[in-house]
Amino acid sequence: MKRRDFLKTGTAVGGGLLISFCLPELTLARQAGSTKRAFVPNAFIRIGTNDIVTIIVTKSEMGQGVYTSLPMLIAEELEADWSRIRVESPPVDPAYNHTQFGIQITGGSTSINSEWERLRKAGATARMMLVAAAAQTWNVNPQSCRAERGYVIHGSGRRRLSFGALADAAAKIEAPKDVALKDPKDFKLIGKSTRRLDTPSKVDGTAQFGLDVRVPGMLTAVLLRPPVFGAKVARINDEKARAVNGVKAVVPVRAGVAVVATGFWAAKLGRDALEVVWDEGPNATLSTADLREQYSNLARTPGAIARKDGDPVHALQNSAKQITAEYEVPYLAHAMMEPLNCLVDLRSDHCEIWTGTQFQTVDRAAAAGVAGLKPELVQIHTTLLGGGFGRRANPASDFIVEAVEVAKAVRAPVKVIWTREDDIRGGWYRPLWYDRLAAGVDAEGKPIAWTHTVVGQSIMAGTPFESVMVKNGVDGTSVEGAAELPYAIPNVQVDLHSPKVGVPVQWWRSVGHSHTGFVVESFLDEVAHAAGKDPYQFRRALLAGQPRYLGVLELAANQAKWGSSLPGGRGHGIAVHFSFNTYVAQVAEVSVSDDGEVRVHRVVCAVDCGRVVNPDTVVAQLESGIIYALTAALKGEITLERGRVQQSNFHDYPMLRMNEAPEIEVHIVPSAEPPTGVGEPGVPPTAAAVANAIFAATGKRVRRLPIRASDLRKNA
Amino acid sequence: MITLNINRTKYSIDVDPATPLLWVIRENLNLTGTKYGCGMAQCGACTVHIDGEAVRSCVTPVSRAAGKMVTTIEGLATNLSHPLQQAWIAEDVPQCGYCQSGQIMSAAILLRENPKPTDSEIDDAMSGNICRCGTYPRIRRAIHRAAQLASRRAK
Repeated sequence: MKRRDFLKTGTAVGGGLLISFCLPELTLARQAGSTKRAFVPNAFIRIGTNDIVTIIVTKSEMGQGVYTSLPMLIAEELEADWSRIRVESPPVDPAYNHTQFGIQITGGSTSINSEWERLRKAGATARMMLVAAAAQTWNVNPQSCRAERGYVIHGSGRRRLSFGALADAAAKIEAPKDVALKDPKDFKLIGKSTRRLDTPSKVDGTAQFGLDVRVPGMLTAVLLRPPVFGAKVARINDEKARAVNGVKAVVPVRAGVAVVATGFWAAKLGRDALEVVWDEGPNATLSTADLREQYSNLARTPGAIARKDGDPVHALQNSAKQITAEYEVPYLAHAMMEPLNCLVDLRSDHCEIWTGTQFQTVDRAAAAGVAGLKPELVQIHTTLLGGGFGRRANPASDFIVEAVEVAKAVRAPVKVIWTREDDIRGGWYRPLWYDRLAAGVDAEGKPIAWTHTVVGQSIMAGTPFESVMVKNGVDGTSVEGAAELPYAIPNVQVDLHSPKVGVPVQWWRSVGHSHTGFVVESFLDEVAHAAGKDPYQFRRALLAGQPRYLGVLELAANQAKWGSSLPGGRGHGIAVHFSFNTYVAQVAEVSVSDDGEVRVHRVVCAVDCGRVVNPDTVVAQLESGIIYALTAALKGEITLERGRVQQSNFHDYPMLRMNEAPEIEVHIVPSAEPPTGVGEPGVPPTAAAVANAIFAATGKRVRRLPIRASDLRKNA
Repeated sequence: MITLNINRTKYSIDVDPATPLLWVIRENLNLTGTKYGCGMAQCGACTVHIDGEAVRSCVTPVSRAAGKMVTTIEGLATNLSHPLQQAWIAEDVPQCGYCQSGQIMSAAILLRENPKPTDSEIDDAMSGNICRCGTYPRIRRAIHRAAQLASRRAK
């Protein structure tokens, strides 16, 4: 079947509807024997004669709840019985491409927003076909029939047929061209907290992550990776490695040297015994101290202009009071709980891959290139992802490519497993950023000038997205959240230096906002204090006429009882940030001990993400973003010396733990606007809210993350 | 040959006795609910019970489990009937879910020792388990809920 026929309905094997017309031939061949009769109105829905409604979810489930919220969109319009909904991950196929990005990808906090129309229409289309099939069966006007909880019902309910009973007949109905969507006031599912469909499998050990998949004859590989980014193998002595019981092969690949064995432990012991001499190359001299010095010098000169309003230099000179500050944040590893892994079964004429990825189209093309096969002959089975945070959408498909290389060398199915040390030291970090800001206020304390120089590596440079994302020397993701400064300040300049450094960098939950949220909202707090204004009222005044900003700001402030007196030594800090089309404000309540230890007691969060599909998922994602951000604010730091990453595992790259987790309250602003993202927008304001609260509690300003107790000691 | 009793089933396995229990459970027995997260007892994703004690299976040589009763998440209860599983579902705790087997196995020992833990007792018992998705507030609520469920069942 040709690809352009893809979205057409078709007639099936054995009386039902051909289920595999949307699947590549490889999968088709495999499933031919087990094909069950089903109604498949489009690429997203399969209704079996057993009444089970299977939703093929276009996005990867990495914790953000898409295996529940996306089926909700379909079920709402389909009038399905929610208890009969099952989910599957899709094959790699253009039918599952992102509606805005044109490739199969999960990212950018766009899943709900981008599927809002498409999946509701898919559900409505299927419903109309089922209704038409029932009307035909009963020989009545379709207008006199309706769908409800998995049945089509005629008139007052005397006659009813289940979706499963109608599957064969519906398969013969032509899909309608136009479908009307429900008036939101009629939503039954959308807008109501709905329990996640994947929870049962995640509490009894049955959920399948990439690490859990195995195929017959599978071997396991662990790579010895270079000690310095870009280092090349000079010499290998694999005698001791090969002597380890269970080790089958030692294979050099571009990413390092793979030790292939019967299982993980043998592979790991083999790797420990492997002796490799490296040609370390130019990155062997990299150090964080040098980078900070280089960046700080760059920050003193203007970079490529990302935004210029008015004449900020002149306005600064003419202001009654000037404030200048420098901020910096470190490289950060994503550190998903499930270390990267990829299982590859490469045959002469096709290749199957099992992995948790956010980036199917790009990964498949990269795998096909290594395998020497056409992309259509490579299939990726997307498993559950044990966390993603951006790392599993790698522009170089690093964890896929190396696994295909190993499989190609050993001619057997191989699963490559990263150790935690490989993960922490493996690069693709959130960049190190250094920012210099200046602001001027007039005699009344009104800000009249704002300049912001950002210094840090471009994550888009060198990727296929560079031509789209980098304009006039400005990588939009480097300045996002800074260039769109929302405050009413007449003279603004935001500029950017993008030094090239040999550390691989990548998007990390909330991308550029992960640093600009901290920097902009902390510095604005400094300006408010310099102007003698309350930081909340200062923001309110500068956001006049921007109701959605004000909505979250006021809701968070009110819920946190901004301005009320707090128990001994505690301070409140506030921050508001717009990212991924979502508005978030947070108020943190913090205390600092005499020895400088920070305790975040409570975070009150308000979010406006347009219309809400699954409210409890919105709350969960905001909670998650806040805790992810607290780890970055209080703990996270990757540093380099002599080109070597100094951290390696959770003892020296620590995570926030239960005893440090604050009480979190999330309040949702009701809205009828189109839905927007929630996976990332919880992250950006948190560090600023905490840092601003530290200032309120101690009078000490935090300008460098992670927050250091040594800077906050009583007499420091 | 090492004889293991895992989830009340006996296994004889030909394996290097120094191999961590985690990898024997996962790869030799195909019980993959127990997860690898760090390999150095830092994150708790690999938590199992040996003779009723919570241990980090990633640093426990399989020889230490010989002749003892080992319970993994798969053996905790049947049909999601454990109060912790019920509470985890009711509070919609998991996000990515990868750490949750370990969280539940740690919480099971907490509740056995302390059927009605306070927040700070939960903190003490659960701070060895990392959740990168930040489900801590929900884990705390779910443990309280499980404590109530268990006490109702006991009556």
